[in-house]
Amino acid sequence: MRVSYNWLREFVDLGGISPYELADRLTMLGLAAEGIEEPGKGIEKVYTGKILQIEAHPNADKLVICRVVTVGGEEVQIVTGATNVTEGDVVPVAVVGAKLAGGLAIKKAKLRGIESRGMLCSGQELGLDPSTMPADQAHGIMILAADTPLGVDVKPLIGLDDVVLELELTPNRGDCLSILGVAREVAAILGKPLQMPPTEPLETVPGGEEPVRVDIEEPELCRRYVARLLINVQAGPSPAWMQHRLRAVGVRPISNVVDVTNYVMMELGQPLHAFDYHKLQDGHIIVRRAVEDEIIISLDNVARKLNPEMLVITDPSGPVAVAGVMGGLDSEVTEITGAVLLESAYFNPVSIRRTARDLALHSESSSRFEHGIDITGCQRAADRAARLLAEMGAAQVVDLVVDNYAAPVVEKTILLRPDRVRHVLDVDLTPAEITGLLASLHFEVQEDANGLMVTVPGHRPDIAIEEDLIEEVARLHGYGRIPDTLPTGVMTSGSLPGTHLLARQVRSFLSRGGFYEVVTYSFHSPRVFDRLGVPDDNPLRQTVNLQNPLSEEQSVMRTQLYPGLLDVLQRNSNRRNRDAAIFEMGRVFFPTTGKSLPKEVTVLAAAVTGRTPGGWNSRSVDMDFYFLKGALGVLLADAGVENVTYKPEANVPGFHPGRVATIYSGEQKLGIIGELHPDAQDAYDLKQRVTVFELNFDLLAVAAGRPMVYQPLPKFPGVERDLALLARIDVPASSLLEVIYHEGGSILRDVRLFDVYQGEQVAEGYRSIAFSLQFQSDDRTLTDEEVSGKVALITVALEKELGATLRD
Amino acid sequence: MEEKLKNLLLDASQALSSATDLDQLNDIRVRYLGKKGILTGVLRGMGALSAEERPRIGQLANEVREKLEDVLNSRTYKIKNRVKEARLEQEKIDVTLPGTAFMTGSRHPLAVIQEEMEDIFLWMGYAIEVGPEIELDYYNFEALNFPAEHPARDMQDSFFTAPGVLLRTHTSPVQVRTMERTNPALPVRIIAPGRVYRRDDDATHSPMFNQVEGLVIDKRVTFGDLKGTLRVFAEKMFGPETRTRFRPSFFPFTEPSAEMDISCTTCGGKGCRVCSHTGWLEILGCGMIHPRVLEAGGYNPEEVTGFAFGMGVERIAMLKYSLDDMRLLFDNDLRFLAQF
Ligand SMILES: [Zn+2]
Repeated sequence: MRVSYNWLREFVDLGGISPYELADRLTMLGLAAEGIEEPGKGIEKVYTGKILQIEAHPNADKLVICRVVTVGGEEVQIVTGATNVTEGDVVPVAVVGAKLAGGLAIKKAKLRGIESRGMLCSGQELGLDPSTMPADQAHGIMILAADTPLGVDVKPLIGLDDVVLELELTPNRGDCLSILGVAREVAAILGKPLQMPPTEPLETVPGGEEPVRVDIEEPELCRRYVARLLINVQAGPSPAWMQHRLRAVGVRPISNVVDVTNYVMMELGQPLHAFDYHKLQDGHIIVRRAVEDEIIISLDNVARKLNPEMLVITDPSGPVAVAGVMGGLDSEVTEITGAVLLESAYFNPVSIRRTARDLALHSESSSRFEHGIDITGCQRAADRAARLLAEMGAAQVVDLVVDNYAAPVVEKTILLRPDRVRHVLDVDLTPAEITGLLASLHFEVQEDANGLMVTVPGHRPDIAIEEDLIEEVARLHGYGRIPDTLPTGVMTSGSLPGTHLLARQVRSFLSRGGFYEVVTYSFHSPRVFDRLGVPDDNPLRQTVNLQNPLSEEQSVMRTQLYPGLLDVLQRNSNRRNRDAAIFEMGRVFFPTTGKSLPKEVTVLAAAVTGRTPGGWNSRSVDMDFYFLKGALGVLLADAGVENVTYKPEANVPGFHPGRVATIYSGEQKLGIIGELHPDAQDAYDLKQRVTVFELNFDLLAVAAGRPMVYQPLPKFPGVERDLALLARIDVPASSLLEVIYHEGGSILRDVRLFDVYQGEQVAEGYRSIAFSLQFQSDDRTLTDEEVSGKVALITVALEKELGATLRD
Repeated sequence: MEEKLKNLLLDASQALSSATDLDQLNDIRVRYLGKKGILTGVLRGMGALSAEERPRIGQLANEVREKLEDVLNSRTYKIKNRVKEARLEQEKIDVTLPGTAFMTGSRHPLAVIQEEMEDIFLWMGYAIEVGPEIELDYYNFEALNFPAEHPARDMQDSFFTAPGVLLRTHTSPVQVRTMERTNPALPVRIIAPGRVYRRDDDATHSPMFNQVEGLVIDKRVTFGDLKGTLRVFAEKMFGPETRTRFRPSFFPFTEPSAEMDISCTTCGGKGCRVCSHTGWLEILGCGMIHPRVLEAGGYNPEEVTGFAFGMGVERIAMLKYSLDDMRLLFDNDLRFLAQF
């Protein structure tokens, strides 16, 4: 809402309060001033002047020489390229030494050999927004009224002595979408009276010739309809002062009738509509729901298809306006309009909101109805408009007012308990003080045995309950004057849910271990599944979809987290960040049947590509499957997840069939680790191999955190034996380990795989694998024979069960 | 005899002082002091001495042995020292060469800030709660006193997944979910961090962002308690010199409602570009819980009061790190992430 400081001043004596101070006070009152505009700032020495004579320029076809009388009666010669001026026009003249909008300084100049001592100004050169200028003056020289005094400062004449405050209003304060509403608040905090503008028409003429009738068929959607007739309408421009005011609040002046309706809307907050009375059949207004597929040509010359959800203003022949949203072209006020029917109505906010949304027609008018206007102010606004038109000689007011208001609203009365005020706000205000604060905003307060009975004025439809009144009290008292305290009462200990703590732990582990944490969107493109080669019938494609996404790229809720990581790798690879280890923790979403909400699972995913940073004294290594598996192993151990096994998988969409495994803790599947399929790598335009893991964090949290129990340190020395084996390459290391542990029994405490070799030194189809076995007993020193016996058993079993032999 | 001993002392001392390494020293020791050494050889001639001379010569021989051993020890020490020093000298490295390469990673700035925010409230005795990101209209709007078709819903343009089901537009639904679970127990002191979604995408809005919600309910919670709690938060988060101010605002689920500003983190309140020359930065929305919301959560607003607040993690991260484009936070450029 743009508020003109000068306009506001007509409603309340602002005393010596500067616009800047006013902005601060309004902000602290809940009407946030987001900006202050001073359109005339920096403009100096621009005066009114009259063009006495215009002569052709001897050296230029596009220039003319004007003789202009201006400040001090001085005549100056000014060369201009303007084409919209004629002799006798009164225009703004920037004399030598003047400054214009944007800092342009006017100096004596010679244009094509002819001296020019100043400049004739356009509105734009004076800082006015062309979109709020009358169309014929938007780009040419500004032509002032012929009776404008000459040689005076032009700024007050064109509204440039005003300051505009931009208020960012909250949705509950529809009442402040008007100068009156803001003035009411200002008067309350300044303790000054509110001066209402005169509304009663100065004189009226008797009606009777022209019938006016209003029937409301939908009282739920239109609770009040005031119609006022004006005759002998003289179409023309509105007076300059009104145009400046409208311009200041961002409305383009059009013609006297339209300008007055806009002016009153801005001033009082009541949207008005003006119909050409003679275009209305029988002067008969019927307010009803539209018929299905009924058509109206709206003011902007578009055929609008209506439906019964929409309220229309009609005459017996059909719709003449979409109520509160837009008028119809047929009944529009034009230059030849002789009589005007003014509408000042109250329409249901929800109905207007739906209609404006469905027709995509949002206007100053619809937005005011949506927020709820003051139903008690309908006639006042119609009267005010009628008076203004009469005052400017644009019409005569007929003395008849049709006010269809079958069920006047009952004023709301709310009980406000001073104890409750003290309880909620923790401020010591007496009932009298509370009464004083509320009365300053025109609430009527009566004290009785229960407390204060507060009657809510019509302009505050947002006030419904006691708490709303408490907010008004707090606002006027000042939030800043309420003391800062801390809650008292029973103490509570802060607590972090177990999964949250574990989440912090693994995220901290990964980031300290060289991984960068990333945050990606929870939605992605449906094409992700094609890129990964996910078959059409795969459950991963069963997604939760957005009905109104911003784009297809963000239309599907993710069922996996790692595709987002691939996007991150791809983006970084384009920026030459080729080596990367990243992770993210977030939720994935699955549709459910029979439940109201989808299933949400928290997932931890990581992706690596390229090599670790090498140095002058250390080798960089590939960040491949085994690199990531190593990190994952420590992560799971750190989290307290036990019995972790990796089961090879052949057919996981998106993954290399020979390099992917499911991760188990005991019988519980936790997730997957694997290298990206070359096709998927291509689809993501990734130059290097990528390995990812993705874990169901909710299940991991269940498997994690078995209570940690201390193991006593060994009392007797252990024995270490190395075992170098030759085995077929299709024998997995995990099988060898299983046999070794099984045969090793209780004294075999640890087995470490320390070498794998495949190549010239061993037969084709075989590889050598070396283990280091740690034997230990809690109650004795192991003998060489005992250990050798175990190793022999192990060796025999390895050969028998897996065909693995000792390497010589 | 005496002469021989004196010569022996002289010769051996000379030999020791000219020796340059431990091997030579050892050779000299064996030659003069060893079992078959020269001193032993000389002493073998003691038998030929008179009884009066014998003790004197014996004593002299002992003195010679002691002297030689002293020289030998000091010589050994010197040579060992010299060898050690030579080794240390030789082992000198260029300490300005870089250290062995180490993998470095980092937490995402949003995670860092969110944890910092969580910790401040954990210290103050709050518990952390979570709720679903895909939410029922009931919890996201209706139970929070957003009437259907109310202009307040315009502030939070939503993504829908089904009729009445949407991506939550704020973390506030956790308020009612928590109350449904805790009622009638008191006090309730929780925060709820998490992702939220709105249909907006430009330099200052992201369709997905993070919030931290707070909720306190007890027999006698006041607006002053709200102000004090959030002031403590602001001072912990932005530094003890931070000032706060509360302005009236509007949220359907709080009444009275407020917006909290903090003194500008860039200029300290004098006015600069970051704070649009006001000296203040808007940081969060808050208020006393609306009676209808307490009722929806199963509490009696005549018996309990409470306050709630909600703030954007991105907003705070951008202020703390002087970021001017929110999109950087979701771009995940490693060169950006490496700075945190
Ligand atoms: Zn600042």
